[in-house]
Amino acid sequence: MSDSFQLDGAPICFEPGQTVMQAALAADHYIPHLCYHPEFTPHGSCKLCTVKVNGRTTASCTLPAEAGLVVESEIEELNALRRTLVQMLFAEGNHFCPSCEKSGNCVLQALGYDLEVQATGFRQLFPDRPIDASHPDILLDFNRCILCEICVHASSEVDGKNVFAFAGRGITKHLIVNSESGLLRDTDIALADKAMQVCPVGVILPKRVGFSMPIGERRYDRSPISAQALEDAPRTPSGAHHE
Amino acid sequence: MDQLILRHASDASRLLQILREMQEHFGHIPPHSISRLAAKLSIPRARIESTASFYSFLHLKPHGEYRVLFSDNITDRMSGSQSLMELMCQQLWLQPGKVSEDGLVSIGTTSCTGMCDQGPAMLVNNRAVTRLNHQRVQEIVQLIRNRTPLNDWPEDFFRVEDNIRRGGLLLDNALPPGTVLRAALELGGQRIVETVKASGLRGRGGAGFPTGLKWEACRNAQGTDHYVVCNADEGEPGTFKDRVLFSRQADMVFEGMTLCALATGAKKGFLYLRGEYRYLLEPLQTVLQRRRENNLLGANILGKSGFDFDIDIHLGAGAYICGEESALIESLEGKRGVPRNRPPFPVTHGYLQQPTVVDNVETFCLAVMAVHMGAEKFSAIGTAKSTGSKLISVSGDCQRPGIYEYPFGVSVREILKDCGAVNTAAVQVSGPSGACVGESEFDRKLGFEDLPTAGAFMVFDESRDMFEVARNYVHFFAHESCGFCTPCRVGTSILKQTMDKIAAGHGTRHDLAEIENLDHVLQSSSHCGLGRTACNPVLHTLKHFRPAYESKLKSLDFEPAFDLDGSLARARQMTGRDDAGAHLKENE
Repeated sequence: MSDSFQLDGAPICFEPGQTVMQAALAADHYIPHLCYHPEFTPHGSCKLCTVKVNGRTTASCTLPAEAGLVVESEIEELNALRRTLVQMLFAEGNHFCPSCEKSGNCVLQALGYDLEVQATGFRQLFPDRPIDASHPDILLDFNRCILCEICVHASSEVDGKNVFAFAGRGITKHLIVNSESGLLRDTDIALADKAMQVCPVGVILPKRVGFSMPIGERRYDRSPISAQALEDAPRTPSGAHHE
Repeated sequence: MDQLILRHASDASRLLQILREMQEHFGHIPPHSISRLAAKLSIPRARIESTASFYSFLHLKPHGEYRVLFSDNITDRMSGSQSLMELMCQQLWLQPGKVSEDGLVSIGTTSCTGMCDQGPAMLVNNRAVTRLNHQRVQEIVQLIRNRTPLNDWPEDFFRVEDNIRRGGLLLDNALPPGTVLRAALELGGQRIVETVKASGLRGRGGAGFPTGLKWEACRNAQGTDHYVVCNADEGEPGTFKDRVLFSRQADMVFEGMTLCALATGAKKGFLYLRGEYRYLLEPLQTVLQRRRENNLLGANILGKSGFDFDIDIHLGAGAYICGEESALIESLEGKRGVPRNRPPFPVTHGYLQQPTVVDNVETFCLAVMAVHMGAEKFSAIGTAKSTGSKLISVSGDCQRPGIYEYPFGVSVREILKDCGAVNTAAVQVSGPSGACVGESEFDRKLGFEDLPTAGAFMVFDESRDMFEVARNYVHFFAHESCGFCTPCRVGTSILKQTMDKIAAGHGTRHDLAEIENLDHVLQSSSHCGLGRTACNPVLHTLKHFRPAYESKLKSLDFEPAFDLDGSLARARQMTGRDDAGAHLKENE
């Protein structure tokens, strides 16, 4: 019998090396998250997956699972916190959902709906973030970047290319590409790269593809992100998510 | 440039040091040199750009032959730094933050440079200039206009006083270098650890972790190499004790690091010195060299075969967050100074993922004294849970700013009396991330039991607007947030906007409520201490000085931050008008 911890009262079995988030998802328990991606090492920057462990708050995607932990996630206090964090991300970038190709497939938008974010909450920061349309096949719209870091990991860990990185600090932190000109066309990115497929919002887009799937039939139009995330979660072959 | 890279053995972990030297040499880091460096170090150029753009003192674009940065701590402001900067901008026909059209000079602000006892202060091409006044600024303007090389400026401009007002255990130390190390060799690693543990010594960087436990954990941790790191990234506004320890007791700092090496089995040590203290680099290297010559560093130290240890100095480049130990380690490895996820902790997975002790400058000095005096005598100083002495950096509204050494347990009131402070309204203890203490709490005692402190002690008298003090600190946190996590990156900026809105006379009760909500979000979800404490200055001043806020609020419950007249500022600037007709009336 493997070890287990408690999540909102339910026992969650885990394998050694799993984090609380990984074990929870594998056991069919959803914890809202944004910068966590099942295929990459978690880094814990968005803080949406913050949970309470023995009374203390911490990001669950990076917290190593331990036998006997008592974890709270689905409580109003934490969902209020998550709503505020989503509002912060909306205020930080320039997000115009109705005109965005990613609408309906966008993780930020889906979280907004799922967490019932009903107002902007904060004054918009309206940053100046010019788009990069230099590449013949790929468009970068930095306005929508939420600094989740997933493309950085995908490009370096899977593609072996390091096309993306972060520059600046604090509120001026922003995504850059690996070229002296600063333009995407001078990097070695390719349409087939993993980095092309992982952006949770609408920053990295293939050109000449627009609304091929009608709004209303898209990924998060069909079912909420809390359900989809569980479908995506990697399961251990032994079926350890069953108690 | 090739020489420079060779000198660093084309080692990518030395990236920050390479960039810093490039900046010193060329005045900025041009894009083509980044590509060249990337090829030489075999790392992506984006990684270099990523690192370089993280640090305030590195510039990717030309930033002027003379780069002037006024220290922007509240104590600098209180002694008139803002009007001095205005004066300088006027005389050089410049706007803050911009480079002059002839590429001669840029003027801006920077976080506290650690000269609060002799401010206002500035950095010119990273060299500290102290005791600014009207006349000195005008002389500097002339020197810049005449393109006088920095080395030919009057030496007095660069003079940094120690201002020791009260000595003690550390500041009065007169032991010849090597005395304690020699005695410690007899003791051996295990007994050094036991002595430091028994002495009750706790880290002086603020968090107060027991030093002996840290050394023991590192000693017991498995790894190919062990490392000793001295955290001299003294960035907390209002703190300047490390600067004085280096000027008076540099040997003691290095002796403490060597003791730690003996205790943990480390062969290599780093001193991470904040970029603002660049002027200390050569003097400290001279001390290191002397210690090598006296066999206090290097191979077979003091004749003990196999006891090898040496220390390398790394300079920071303007990033407060690097004072956080895991961010400091990232920076030492040549990366952006972003705090790591923990566990694992540095004692098991630190520098290059090896067991590493990171301790404050003062902590290493006190460890020397603990070993010298023995645990019992050492722990008799101070209080039960805060043994030993503490260096306090006193600045602000008092007659005798400077460094004071007290046994722990001293009260705020006692320090105020000693430094000649009168009509004191508040003291900011341990800097912006610490506590703002009002008069009713002046009998509180410094120590981990009551008022923990890393050493800053900024005094404000009754004439000061405590709202402005808090606003200064809020700007500081927003500027220094590393940007890794959402709550701190966005939250500190929103907090700054809200404080600016109140300062502009547009604040409402709703804004105060928003501050409280932000505080909750920052405290419960930030990645590290910076975000968790960023609201402290506001909450503490609200508690003690609520009227300072309320007097600025509108009576309405809500008012938008959008300022119709303010939005015309750009148009006024472009048309060169500032008459009544170019402004909207309040009630229009």
